[in-house]
Amino acid sequence: MKNKAFLSGNEAVAEGVRLASPHVIAAYPITPQTVVVERLAEMVEDGRLKSEFLHVESEHSALSACMGASSIGARTFTATSSQGLLYMAECLHYASGGRFPIVMMNANRSLALPWSIYGDHRDSLSQLDCGWIQIYVEDAQESLDMVIQSYAIAENLKVLTPVMINLDGFVLTHTYELVDIPQKDEVDKFLPPFETPYKMDLENPKNMGVSSSPSDNTEFKFQQHKAVLDAKEVIKEVDDSFRKAFGRGYGGLVDAYLCEDAEFIMVSLGSTTGTCRTVVDELRQEGWKAGVLKIRFMRPFPEEEIIEITKNAKAVGVIDRDISFGYEGTVFTNVNSALSKAGANVRSLNFIAGLGGRDISKESIREAFYDLREESRGISKKRVKFLSLGVSIDE
Amino acid sequence: MNRPKLREYAKPKHIKDYPVGPCYTAGHLVTENASWRTEKPIVESNKCIGCFYCYLCCPEGVIYKKDKLVDIDYAFCKGCGICARVCPKKAIKMIREGEDHEK
Amino acid sequence: MSKVRGTINAGNITDKEFFYGHKACAGCGGSIVVRLVLKVLGERTFTVIPAGCMSAVGFVYPQLCFANNAIISTFAGTASMLSGIAAGAKALGLKDYHVVGIAGDGGTADIGIQALSGAIDRGDKIIYICYDNEAYMNTGIQKSGLTPYGAKTTTTPAGDNIPGTLTQKKNMFEIVAAHGIDYAATASIGYIQDFINKIQKASQVDGTSYIHVFAPCPTGWGAPLDSAIDIAKEVVDCGLWYLAEYENNEYTLNKNPKKFTSVEEYLKKQSRFKHLTKEDIDRIIISRDKKWNLIRSKWSC
Repeated sequence: MKNKAFLSGNEAVAEGVRLASPHVIAAYPITPQTVVVERLAEMVEDGRLKSEFLHVESEHSALSACMGASSIGARTFTATSSQGLLYMAECLHYASGGRFPIVMMNANRSLALPWSIYGDHRDSLSQLDCGWIQIYVEDAQESLDMVIQSYAIAENLKVLTPVMINLDGFVLTHTYELVDIPQKDEVDKFLPPFETPYKMDLENPKNMGVSSSPSDNTEFKFQQHKAVLDAKEVIKEVDDSFRKAFGRGYGGLVDAYLCEDAEFIMVSLGSTTGTCRTVVDELRQEGWKAGVLKIRFMRPFPEEEIIEITKNAKAVGVIDRDISFGYEGTVFTNVNSALSKAGANVRSLNFIAGLGGRDISKESIREAFYDLREESRGISKKRVKFLSLGVSIDE
Repeated sequence: MNRPKLREYAKPKHIKDYPVGPCYTAGHLVTENASWRTEKPIVESNKCIGCFYCYLCCPEGVIYKKDKLVDIDYAFCKGCGICARVCPKKAIKMIREGEDHEK
Repeated sequence: MSKVRGTINAGNITDKEFFYGHKACAGCGGSIVVRLVLKVLGERTFTVIPAGCMSAVGFVYPQLCFANNAIISTFAGTASMLSGIAAGAKALGLKDYHVVGIAGDGGTADIGIQALSGAIDRGDKIIYICYDNEAYMNTGIQKSGLTPYGAKTTTTPAGDNIPGTLTQKKNMFEIVAAHGIDYAATASIGYIQDFINKIQKASQVDGTSYIHVFAPCPTGWGAPLDSAIDIAKEVVDCGLWYLAEYENNEYTLNKNPKKFTSVEEYLKKQSRFKHLTKEDIDRIIISRDKKWNLIRSKWSC
């Protein structure tokens, strides 16, 4: 029996969490994540969810409490956004180094200053190196499904790494869509209880979160690196078995749309992808060979997939909802690194868009494709271009 | 003695041998502390009344009960001298490490 | 002295050692605290130690000195990690266990106070022990919120212009009590049985408990290696520290000295106070007497 409901991205996440039934939820409210926390609190109140709900006094404590619960083998969930994500920055590294399979939702939001509650990716991309698996989802259904998949990925003993699911603030967190809600017993079958030997155990005591001297530290860090690389395979396996169980899947690390014969490929994260698809459909009608490559996982980074998918393209564009000040967009840096490693001679351009909630219009994406075409014809374009700047920046 | 003991430890040779977590066996001791000492506590059994105050006060936990009196695990004693100082019967004396002595 | 059901003492305390082979300085007061807390609580104890001396000396792989379950938390995260463990243990249905955190004065009164306040507010079933050695010792003796007036530290040097630390100790015991906590106490390793009773009492509380225990650091205080216990007794006897409890919304003084021993004698044994003038010491005594007047008039003695 199908159970469908109109849910916002936040509510879809909350439904996913209910289905995954974590033992402990610890979270601190922040716009635009709050609805997740509110829905979960309601579910705990009315008994639909049997979790311990910790009303913590900060995001640092939220993640610290999740680590504590995870250290004795409990399944945990937290959610945050923007300033909150940065407030827990110390714990982000701690959780991945400690190999705690925590799942966290992050509502992507701009970082102060200037203050803005609206979306961009500077919060999560600034934490790209914190050792977490980073997922960027596109719609409410994917949000719900990826919460369930994330536990399966994080808790796999080959991985044991926390997962951050990123939803574009407001655009995705607050937009209602028809969502298929899986049955609880089917989710229980797909996602068995978390079992790990790496926990504090009353019958088999452990010392956890230990220090290491320079003679061992590199090995611990290599091991952590390997776990995130090994996650690539696990991510695909989990998506395959999810497809078998629930009849839909997402293809793993990336989702390519009309890329097979594409001469011009636009790379995007999250909800921007939808707009890109619409533009690509229009361009295709006009005779272009255009495609969109959605990066679903920024870590582990889909290097091989990007190389393979773009190998016949004339030019690749990367839309970044962030800027690493003084250089370029972070997604662009990562994509270019993959392209250069492959020795690919494909031209690439970076489009900075959607900062602090600025709308990413079809027109601006179209403009980006025009730039790619000119670049491919040898007309040198700006390597890093801010789309939809409202003022002249001519010197 | 009811406490963690020194173990044989071989540095891992393969990355798979490293603890995951980092999470490892509780109470895993691979080195002693005896070399820290410049002075060494000696219990004079004839003076000891078995009040076990020294046992409570020891920062290392190296004093243990034996035949209603106390003895010391010298492998982990750092020679701080708290036991000698707090003993109400002055039944513990500190001697320089390496000096000959009679118990 | 604090009273408790079925008192644990030197005779009947477990002979198991749970904090062993650590690399703390010889004569460390903090390690006496950790050791006794774990001996009283026993092996079914989840222990959280934040970044600081006790984690630095007890957890360096492959030398792991906690015989029971133990984990290092972030510096600010002792109480929040405790809350997580307590919530997880409850959700997992574990039975017969304790969840204890042992943090220093900086980890408690400064960087960790927010998480501690949150845990007390929630009434989480955790035991929080603050071992107070009156400065950041692990980083090399810097002033903390619990460094007393007049103490010289590496960040409050004593010179011609400033006589060391100018602030008073934060009153953590009453800050904690003001939350309406289920049980709070002050203690000192100089009154070891009283301390043991309080740990035991905390373990029987169905809610949050907090013990603030005075634990000298001979290295940081410039005192002989064998002096931690004696200094910790003298500080109570001279009135610069007190033994008290807070439960059922009431304060109780556990030891009310008829006559204080000499404050000057106490201070002069530690090089961190050596520079103090007669005026400085008088100031300390005036502040002590003010505090005791309050205690004696308001608390049950």
